[in-house]
Amino acid sequence: MSLIELVDLQQRHGSRTTLKSVSLSIEKGEILAIIGPTGAGKTTLLRLIDQLDNPASGKVLFNGREVTPQLRTKVRRQISMVLQKPVVFDASVYDNVAFPLTVRKLDRKAIPERVNAMLKTVGLEGYQKRKARTLSGGETQKVALARALITDPQVLLLDEPTANLDPVSLNTIERLILQFNRDNGMAIVVATHEMAQGQRLAHRIGVMMDGELIQVGKPEDIFYAPSDLRVARFVGVENILKGSVTANEGGLAQIGLNGHSLEAVTDHRAGGEVHVFIRPEEVTISLQPPSSSARNSFRGEAKLVALSGPYARVEIDCGISLVALVTRRSAEELGLKVGQQVHASFKATAVHVISRAGSDQAEVRGPTAESPAIGQEPHDIKPPNQSLFFPS
Amino acid sequence: MSAASTILAALVCIPIGGLISFRSFRGKRFLLNMIQTLYSVPTVCVGLFVYLLISRRGPLGGFDWAFTPTAMVIGQALLITPIMIGMTVSALSGVDKTIKDTTLSLGASEPQAIWAIIKEARFAMGAGLILGFGRAISEVGAALILGGNIAGYTRVLTTAISLEATQGNFDTALAFGIILLCVALVIAVTVNVVQQRR
Repeated sequence: MSLIELVDLQQRHGSRTTLKSVSLSIEKGEILAIIGPTGAGKTTLLRLIDQLDNPASGKVLFNGREVTPQLRTKVRRQISMVLQKPVVFDASVYDNVAFPLTVRKLDRKAIPERVNAMLKTVGLEGYQKRKARTLSGGETQKVALARALITDPQVLLLDEPTANLDPVSLNTIERLILQFNRDNGMAIVVATHEMAQGQRLAHRIGVMMDGELIQVGKPEDIFYAPSDLRVARFVGVENILKGSVTANEGGLAQIGLNGHSLEAVTDHRAGGEVHVFIRPEEVTISLQPPSSSARNSFRGEAKLVALSGPYARVEIDCGISLVALVTRRSAEELGLKVGQQVHASFKATAVHVISRAGSDQAEVRGPTAESPAIGQEPHDIKPPNQSLFFPS
Repeated sequence: MSAASTILAALVCIPIGGLISFRSFRGKRFLLNMIQTLYSVPTVCVGLFVYLLISRRGPLGGFDWAFTPTAMVIGQALLITPIMIGMTVSALSGVDKTIKDTTLSLGASEPQAIWAIIKEARFAMGAGLILGFGRAISEVGAALILGGNIAGYTRVLTTAISLEATQGNFDTALAFGIILLCVALVIAVTVNVVQQRR
């Protein structure tokens, strides 16, 4: 039995439908990340799970029982939520963290010990008497987290827990999330617009767009096998090409693209109209024709070489337009320059193919059209932490 | 006496104000308009209304409250009820909406959440208390009708002022007025000190 089950949840705000029939189950002890752009309905979903709002239709089951208005407070006491912009009470840090225990009418003598232990865990030892409203953003977030964790809930809901935090605080918060999940078997649902965070933390990821839960799966499925164009774009698949399957022999398909052809491992049969997804970090660049096992290699001209942190993003025009993400060091060693002739190659297994039927309403824009002009800083590139893209 | 009526009114009005501000229901706006209209109810009307309730022939006549301090406390409490409810609602609506969600998601029941929000709004709530007290201590109409201005029993500063003034003792009347303001000052300072300490 799932810990929480959402059945066909819909939500409206005025005339706008903010959640479109979402069904999802949350298992004991898992970390589930809900990723999606702002305004996708992530907060709406968390608020429904936490019983803060009534859904327009659908129901929420907790431990197999439907949550009725009478059960609401009882269920809420098994769940903790840290809101997107957490507010602390106009009181001391101690009183803030003790609040959930006080409202549960816990033995007064037991409270100080638990509060002090929790403050120590989140790194706020000695902050007991400080006024909570005078703390910095990172400290406030820690107080909010301590306050949510002190009851040792079965489920912790986090709405953008690290938005606007400095990298050090972000690390601390993420470490705490992982620690509580591991040590206490706490189910954690994190809503985040940052896909890399979803990948760092989650066992499963759900992608939300426009109030719809489009795809739920393991991180590698979401990132390497997006089920739809919108997901592919959101998770950073920069090479999205239109083509048709010309042949398929035992799962190795030939796909025709504008007079070019590539090989992909897929079950799609010959004649099928498809979208082809290739992650930019799967594309390697060499100056000579590669002598490797990669099934696909295209010769073309580097149109853009943009450095971004430890990465270089290279756009190559090989008749089809390809984007490659390579390390800065490789780019420097190859001496990559705009206008240079290079070979771009990738494996047949690095190509993810989906059927184009039914997905044509979201018209594909060619990668070139989406790319920033030459010489301009590329927007929106968040080079992924490579180790995370290759889960051990 | 005014303090008693303020406390009595607060005990009733703060929870009512809390519920009104906490819940959304049909006709909430209309109700708030009505409450705000009643801010300006004439004190003599309230006095008369309570008098009709507690006089020998009234529904509460059996208690024999007419011309007693009890009657005055009831009258003043009723008089300031709209202000106290209204001030509670506006004080609570000034609190960040997220506080309500936070308290609920941390497991508070509805009364616990209301109480937590009231604590957040304590400064505005204090202002409401002082305003209610001010209206209670300064009114003369209800006190006169319900208490009867009996010396040593139901005579209060305002009714004494009014009596002295009609008798031409303006200096005594003014002196009483100053004493009344001093009492109000002491109360205001006390409320503020208590709030600051928390």
